[in-house]
Amino acid sequence: MILPINPANKLSFKRCIKDGDLVIVYERHDTMKAVKVSEDGVLQNRFGAFKHSEWIGKPFGSKVLSNKGSFVYLLAPTAELWTLVLSHRTQILYIADISFVVMYLEIVPGCLVLESGTGSGSLTTSLARAVAPTGHVYTFDFHEQRAASAREDFERTGLSNLVTVGVRDIQGEGFPDEFCGRADSVFLDLPQPWLVIPSAGKMLKPDGVLCSFSPCIEQVQRSCEALKSHFTDVRTFEVLLRTYDVRQRIVESCPVNEGGSNERPPRKRRQGSAEGNNGIECTSSPTVMIRPSGEARGHTGYLTFARLKCFA
Amino acid sequence: MSINKAVEEDSNQNQNSRLTWEGCNVLLDINDGDRLVFARLTAASTLKIGNKKCCLQPLVGCPFGSLFLVESGKEGPILSRFVPNAEGNNLEEKDVDGSKDNRAIVDNNTAQSLTSEDIDEMRRQGAKGDEIVDALIANSATFEKKTLFSQEKYRIKKQKKYAPRVLVRRPSARSICEAYFKKHPDKIGFMRVDALSLLLCLGNVTANADVLVVDMVGGILTGAIAERLGGTGYVCNTYRGSSPYPVEITRMFNLNDEICKRIVHASLTDLNSFQTGASVSESKEETLPAVQSGGVEVVGISSEHGCMEITPETVPSPIIKPCKSIKPGQKALPETIELWKENGFSSLIIAAPELEPWGIVKEVLPLLSFSAPFAVYHQYAQPLATCMHNLQIEKMAIGLQISEPWLREYQVLPSRTHPHMQMSAFGGYILSGTKISSSEPVTSSN
Repeated sequence: MILPINPANKLSFKRCIKDGDLVIVYERHDTMKAVKVSEDGVLQNRFGAFKHSEWIGKPFGSKVLSNKGSFVYLLAPTAELWTLVLSHRTQILYIADISFVVMYLEIVPGCLVLESGTGSGSLTTSLARAVAPTGHVYTFDFHEQRAASAREDFERTGLSNLVTVGVRDIQGEGFPDEFCGRADSVFLDLPQPWLVIPSAGKMLKPDGVLCSFSPCIEQVQRSCEALKSHFTDVRTFEVLLRTYDVRQRIVESCPVNEGGSNERPPRKRRQGSAEGNNGIECTSSPTVMIRPSGEARGHTGYLTFARLKCFA
Repeated sequence: MSINKAVEEDSNQNQNSRLTWEGCNVLLDINDGDRLVFARLTAASTLKIGNKKCCLQPLVGCPFGSLFLVESGKEGPILSRFVPNAEGNNLEEKDVDGSKDNRAIVDNNTAQSLTSEDIDEMRRQGAKGDEIVDALIANSATFEKKTLFSQEKYRIKKQKKYAPRVLVRRPSARSICEAYFKKHPDKIGFMRVDALSLLLCLGNVTANADVLVVDMVGGILTGAIAERLGGTGYVCNTYRGSSPYPVEITRMFNLNDEICKRIVHASLTDLNSFQTGASVSESKEETLPAVQSGGVEVVGISSEHGCMEITPETVPSPIIKPCKSIKPGQKALPETIELWKENGFSSLIIAAPELEPWGIVKEVLPLLSFSAPFAVYHQYAQPLATCMHNLQIEKMAIGLQISEPWLREYQVLPSRTHPHMQMSAFGGYILSGTKISSSEPVTSSN
């Protein structure tokens, strides 16, 4: 659903919303909801009631109205939108970290990727997108119910064929032996990642890449110590996203007095005395301006990457 | 499985191969990133390290990630494989609390008793680089007085000069982008690797996607997308005017034929023409102006540091092998263009520092399917702000956001962990959003 694995589901001018589709209902950039379309379904929100039956047959990206005349947009799900709507069972990774992890782990179609813990499956969804159509993500969580919920989510988003969720205490037991020497990359988001690093080393193919995500620098310190013996290119990063506000505002602009003498810079004008301006006309015009948003996520976690050394 | 089939399969899976092969591209990392060189492994390709020219033949068939040292052979220097032991060469951390300091170390240039003549003599007698480094340490009057940390620094400095190491790296979007950003950022529009990563995610690049691209950043974007498509879908480079924008950087990737076939180009005129069938204009240019890849493409410029012997010049291979493989960047077939017109592209990514964002977005957005995501890269914020404002006014897209990635690397060492002293302060701005359907809904029946 989230991926165009089946050509019939691929986004297209002709692809219309069908019964059973997963849609992202967009109210505002910070208010979205995942909804499964069913013929007799009704979405109730602060804008009123939206009948699913009126959605069916419309293209994705359409504006639809409620009984009160308010509107929302219906979007096709993507991994990015899913990250914004999924139910948080744990702290999740966001796009800046996710995109950097996928790039740095060099994940391409066909890769075999190991992940622990699964958490809410935010990163897992993007890992699945990167390994599709022929690769696979094996993700483990020691929390049975969390693993079950993640499985349901992957069913909903149509990723079940690309993701296998296992219940296992990776920190205590390491990864299962069946993956020995088969993993292209390994991702760890665990409280004590250094305990798993020897096991992760056994799972990786030579030159394979490992990533460990830790919120605290002390965790990073211990992980880097553990990486010394079998890994190389150990690098730790912090990646954040700065967002910007764009506004159109009325700005007064006064032309510089070009008729005046050239040898002198324009005289300072007293503020607020428009009439004392020697006839210079000040105009107000709308101007588009940009500035960084006032608030931002200041820290998510440190990303430590390392490559398995080639001993062979 | 027959050997032939295995070989065939291997060549098809080049992208994922763990071993280098004759004719493959590698990224050579000399002395821990001091110099980065792209090279094509052929029988004739050579690499100049210091004043020595080394044949790259020994690198063929080695695993990616292998380390090589320069050793003197009978017929000049040869690169020989170095396999590290599992224990690593890390210093024992006995002195982390800093019981030693530099109060007794005076910079009067008399600490080293070994002269350059002595070193030359050692070399003539066939001493290995590591042996010279050991001799330098043994003859340094101040080495023992240094802290363990600065002893290690000294060793690394001497090792780089007398025993240079060549690390064989697989070229991937990440390593190629990093190498260019470090040495020639202007060639990739100053796009840092985290910005490229974001573009690929925001542009929802995945298998089977038809990605419309405006790549005026040398092909780094096109190559990175093709890598993620893995031989499915299409990356269609569109352009204004009569000739496509160059994408030579795609040749640094080890993209196999299947993947190269998926990199195509089509002019905006062709994509926008509403007639069907034979209307696609006949462009004289059938393929992109391909840069003949000689043996070695140099990205590296050696460090200015005086003691570095390594010169920036590499010698291109004198023999340019006729390349049988399919070149990336063929013209899109008319029937493929028709399909795109019928269905729309599944996403759009623009990295065109020379184009005004709003102008190009307005022109290409109609080619996109409804609900398709798009991402526009630019070095400057203001043109993106104008573009975003206009998209809002024209009600063409929602979920609009301008963001800028921020990336900081850390030195992690016992009791000495801190951010790097130098960092890149800017990696580019990205405007992202989702295209919406233009038709207005009729009022609800209720």
